[in-house]
Amino acid sequence: MAHHEFRMPVSEAQVRALRVNDTVTLNGTLFGIRDATQIHLFDRGRTTRFDLRGHAVIHTAPNVRPVPPSAAHPAGYAPLCVGTTTSDRMERFTRPLLQRHGVRLIIGKGGLREDSLAAFGELGGAYLAIIGGTAALETTWVEAIEDVDLDDLNPESLWKFRVRGFGPLLVGMDSHGASLFAQVRHDAQERRAAALASLGVKT
Amino acid sequence: MKIDPAQIESVARELYVRALKRLPPDVKRGIDALAARETDAGAQRMLGTMIANIRVAEETDNLLCQDTGLPIYNVTIGRGVEVDGVALKQAIRRGCERATREHPFRSSVVHPLTRVNEHSSCGRGVPVIGIDFSEADEGLVIEMIPKGSGSENNSFLRMAIPAEGVDAVKRFVVDCVLEAGGKTCPPTIVGVGIGGTADLCMHLAKVAATRALGTRCDDPEGAKLEAELSRAVNVLGVGPQGLGGDATSFAVHVETAATHITMNPVAVNMQCHSARRARATLRAGGVDYAD
Repeated sequence: MAHHEFRMPVSEAQVRALRVNDTVTLNGTLFGIRDATQIHLFDRGRTTRFDLRGHAVIHTAPNVRPVPPSAAHPAGYAPLCVGTTTSDRMERFTRPLLQRHGVRLIIGKGGLREDSLAAFGELGGAYLAIIGGTAALETTWVEAIEDVDLDDLNPESLWKFRVRGFGPLLVGMDSHGASLFAQVRHDAQERRAAALASLGVKT
Repeated sequence: MKIDPAQIESVARELYVRALKRLPPDVKRGIDALAARETDAGAQRMLGTMIANIRVAEETDNLLCQDTGLPIYNVTIGRGVEVDGVALKQAIRRGCERATREHPFRSSVVHPLTRVNEHSSCGRGVPVIGIDFSEADEGLVIEMIPKGSGSENNSFLRMAIPAEGVDAVKRFVVDCVLEAGGKTCPPTIVGVGIGGTADLCMHLAKVAATRALGTRCDDPEGAKLEAELSRAVNVLGVGPQGLGGDATSFAVHVETAATHITMNPVAVNMQCHSARRARATLRAGGVDYAD
């Protein structure tokens, strides 16, 4: 259960060194993406001017305040509340994110499924679990919104955040085939019979 | 007592902001209680982070969660209250939109087919406005619930049949909690609707999921089931965020309604750990925001 301090972007070797139950803290660039962002990138042929290679993406659509662009707010947005959404809806986008855009880390809540786990193994990636619903705390780790692309999809734009001490995040899925979420799901399924028996229900 | 729509508009605005920033006291106590009896070290840390987040939100006057939700306003009109119903609904809508634009915060509301966001937290049929009446002569109560999508996306209805009995209800609740896993941001409040028509059944589940912790179903049969199911779902070990632990749910809440002789419907709607709610009571003397 090692702790890793990452300055983004990172190499494949750094990501392959991660194991479930390790913790990671990010510094530097972090990209924000969500359902609409990825529907437009992967289903509607849109492109981004951002280079995501070696980077981390977080499943988010932040609360922002439009402000005049300045050194503190280069993109014209002040971050108000930046949190994390449920990853499961975006399962089918993991592979193209890694394959076509070279993304190395996905940050989200609730975990991803089998194909994402396979993609992490084949292409060198990992899933970092954040605690959903703790956005006030998470926002204190965000220094600025440096840039934004696909902003017609606001709030589901492609956001470029500058973060400091973003974490610790828990490695929930690694490139060695381990997933804490799959393990817990499996164990919970095993306890189903006990739960039903306590209710006097036959399985 | 006559209610001025302008006052309703300002209360509707204020309630949305309050709900997003401060958790009701029963939910705060609920998280503390789960943390106190959690036996898994990882789950213990996660619950600690959730408690820290509540403090940071208060200290920085920030939103608890980025999800501003689908806005729900439940209005309860007491005896002796005079209000223009159409004006009341319009005022709530205006207050909801003003909160979104003036604070500002993210509008999470889009048209279901075009996916266009008006950036007002309003749209066709949204905010959801429920209106009910109360025997108590206590004025007009407005409760605001920003319903997050992580939990709302895990809503389930099963039109079971009488031959399946209560066992079908119990089995369904356990399986829904398993199916939801970490997607609902557990620990959750599991709302269960039993009986009614299909739509009433789901509505009951929502009422149950958004009821204050510590309250009981006022149907004794429902209350009995609440206690049994609350124990059973916490045997599963889904834990906070679906990463394992004792704290899968704060509680299972049940609401019941009579149903048809041929029917045995059960619905599940969940509320995440950030179980946000805010309430205002409008009386002749002014507005009281105490929960």
